[in-house]
This record gives sequence, structure tokens and C-alpha cells, in this order.
Amino acid sequence: MDAFAEEFLNWEVMVKYFPDIVAGLWVTMGLALMVIVTGLILGLVLAVIRAFQINPINLFIIAFVDIFRSLPPLVIIILLYFSIPMFGLNWSGFICSWIALSLVLASFVEEIYWAGITSVHKGQWEAARSTGLSFFETLIYVVLPQVIRMTIPPLTNRTIVIAKNTALASVVAVQEMLTVAQTSLAYAANSSPLTLAALGYLLMFLPLVILSRYIESRFAWKR
Amino acid sequence: MDLELLRFNFFNIDSVINVYPLILKGLWMTIKLCLLVGPIGFISGMTLAGVYSLHIRSLNWFLMVYVDFFRSVPPLVLLIYVYYGLPFFGIEIPAFLAVLISFTLNSSSYYGEVVRAGIESIPAGQMEAARSSGLSRTQAMIYVILPQALRNVAPDLISNTVELIKATSIASVVALPELLRMARVGQDLEYNATPLVAAALIYLIMLWPVVRLLSRLERRMMSSH
Repeated sequence: MDAFAEEFLNWEVMVKYFPDIVAGLWVTMGLALMVIVTGLILGLVLAVIRAFQINPINLFIIAFVDIFRSLPPLVIIILLYFSIPMFGLNWSGFICSWIALSLVLASFVEEIYWAGITSVHKGQWEAARSTGLSFFETLIYVVLPQVIRMTIPPLTNRTIVIAKNTALASVVAVQEMLTVAQTSLAYAANSSPLTLAALGYLLMFLPLVILSRYIESRFAWKR
Repeated sequence: MDLELLRFNFFNIDSVINVYPLILKGLWMTIKLCLLVGPIGFISGMTLAGVYSLHIRSLNWFLMVYVDFFRSVPPLVLLIYVYYGLPFFGIEIPAFLAVLISFTLNSSSYYGEVVRAGIESIPAGQMEAARSSGLSRTQAMIYVILPQALRNVAPDLISNTVELIKATSIASVVALPELLRMARVGQDLEYNATPLVAAALIYLIMLWPVVRLLSRLERRMMSSH
């Protein structure tokens, strides 16, 4: 047991690498927040555009969403990271991870919103339109408020899963928490920095996971 | 942007011809991994949910902590912990086993949550009726509750499985020779990104039909509310 503590909960090692891990935590948190904000907004915008049912645009959105839901996020990050210099751009691993994960989240979010939009009964559209609201006004004031409430549980779950994927940015050399922890682990020849990082992830995501549980039970209760 | 350069670097047939045995080997490994990790995760998840449905308070509290814990830690962190962490402790484990362990911990939590939601969607009267007809608790669970429960959460189960298959690409980080890893080896050998594009296409071919099916199922589920 002592050997275990020495290896995974070594106080000296933890104290020594704590500042580094915290610096990594901020990067992870920043990346996660940027992904969540961009993904949620872009997903909603795509769903609203899709609601207008303009054929060529819809086909493009469907293809986009399907591709980004089918490919592993890690593949997308690596592909973007290696292909971006081809276009004469010089994006860091951070920007590539941000864009890749945002597009993945946006795809899932679009699908969830779209499922919500199609589930609102046609009669509601017709009723709203007959009161003189325009198509766009109906969407914004009548349909979306219901959709957003209905889609909160799947959205929270999906957002958590994809925010956790920020750990994948370690593969393209972003100095986020996992990268820092791995470097520290190599320097210290001890797993305690990784324990710290795991605690950092728990600190960030456990409240969200518990929140999602609460949201889900409320949702189920209301049905 | 130089189109010819783009074609040469990303859609270069020659480089795929050179490394396709590698990619096929990687694909085979990915398939083997999925066939192992999927059922193990699903069965352990069902077991968790089954135990949960016994409603033993202290046990359920423990299960909830387990599930939330592994839903909060990214699978890659778990994998690196198992693969790079344990050897310092004197436990040397091969990459395949490390992947198996970390994925089982992660996916059993996700499957467990889904199956639990399924079981809770079945009214308690069903269990009571089944019990009063002479079935044991386990029998009632297996023959009456679970078949309906799994049907109710089928979209979530499929979506979970898609996520799991996609997540196996993470194993490339610990150099397990699966599809993504082999594509990256090919990329290094050929000094060309086409093997990576080929791997992406293979993932797309494998998963696109399932994702399409999912969209339909999800829409139907939401409309039935």
C-alpha cells in the first residue's frame, strides 16, 4: 500500500508539479469553453438554416453533419493539423483542436435541434403563421423555445462527451493538462502528476455529469 | 493554394498502394478491438444496471460514484494512466490489455447508464406481474423487463456503440497497431497524408450507414414524446 501511495499519490511530486498542471488545466478549460460556445452556436445556426428547407444547402448540411458524426474526433484533429499548412495557413495545434472539436459538437447539436424542430407538431406552425407571424418569427418565438427545453438533456450529455475530448489535443502538442501531466510523469518517473490531472478532470466534469443526471431526472419526471 | 500539391499529398493513389497491407492490418485490429470491447462493455454495463435495479441503497450509491467517475474522466486520460502509470508500479501490461481495461471501465459506465434508464422506463407493475406469475427476480429481469428496456433505449445503445468504435482510434496513442496508428505509420513511411485520408474513408464507410440510421431513430424517438 505504501508503494502504491509512493507511486500514485506522492506528495512531494504533486507539490512540485502542481503549478504546471494548473497551467495545463487553464488551457484545457479555455479550449473546452471555446469548443462548447462555438459548437452550440454553430449547431443552432445550422439547424435554423436547415429549417428553411433550401435543397442544395440542406444536402450540404446533412453531408457535413453525417461526416463529422462518423469520423473519430482524433482522426479529424490529426487530419486538420497535417492538412492546414497545405492551404498556406499556419495554425497551432490549439486552433486545429478548437476548430475540429467545435465542428464535431456543432454536428451533433444540429442533429439534436433538428430532431427537436421536426418533433414540434405541424399544427403549431400553421397556427402561428395564421396569427400573422412570419416563418422566421414562428421559428424563433414558437418552435425554438419548446425545442430548446426538450433537447437540454441530450445536449448536456453530448457537450460533456465532446468537451472531454479536449484531452485529444495532447496528440497535436497542445500544452493542455494531459500533455503537461505526461511530460511531468516522464521527468518525475512517477505517476502522481497524472493523478493530479485526473483530479483536475474530475473537478471540471464531475459537476457537469451530476448536473446532467439532475436535468435528466427532472425531464423524465415532467413527462 | 496549390491544387496539384494538395492532390499529391492527400489523394495520392500510389502511396496508398504502397502501404495498403499496413492499413488492412490496422483495420483488422480495429475490428478485433471493437468485437472485444463492445460486448465486454455492454455486458458489464447490463450487469451494473441489473445490480442497480435491486435498489440496495449503499450499493447504488457506490455504483453511481463509479459511473459518474468514469463518465468524468476522458478515456484517453484513463488509457494513459493504465498504460504509462502502472509500469512505474512494477506492473508491465501490453498496450492491448491497457486499452481493454480502460475502455471497459469507460464503456461499462456509459452502457450502464443507458440500460438503467431503459429499465426505469418500464413500469414497476410489470415486475410485480411477472413475479406473481411465478418467475424469479432474475427470470423476470431477463425475460420480461430487459427485452422491453433495451428496445426503449435502442437508439442510445447504438449511439454508444458508434462512439465506442470511434474511440478505439485513441488506442493509436499507446501505439496499438489499429487503423489510425497504421495510417500514421504509413503517413511517415510515404511522407504523404494520403494513408490518413484512406483511414478516414474507411471509418466513414463503416459508420456512415449507422449514423444515418441513428438520425432516423432519434427523430422518431423525439417525435413520440
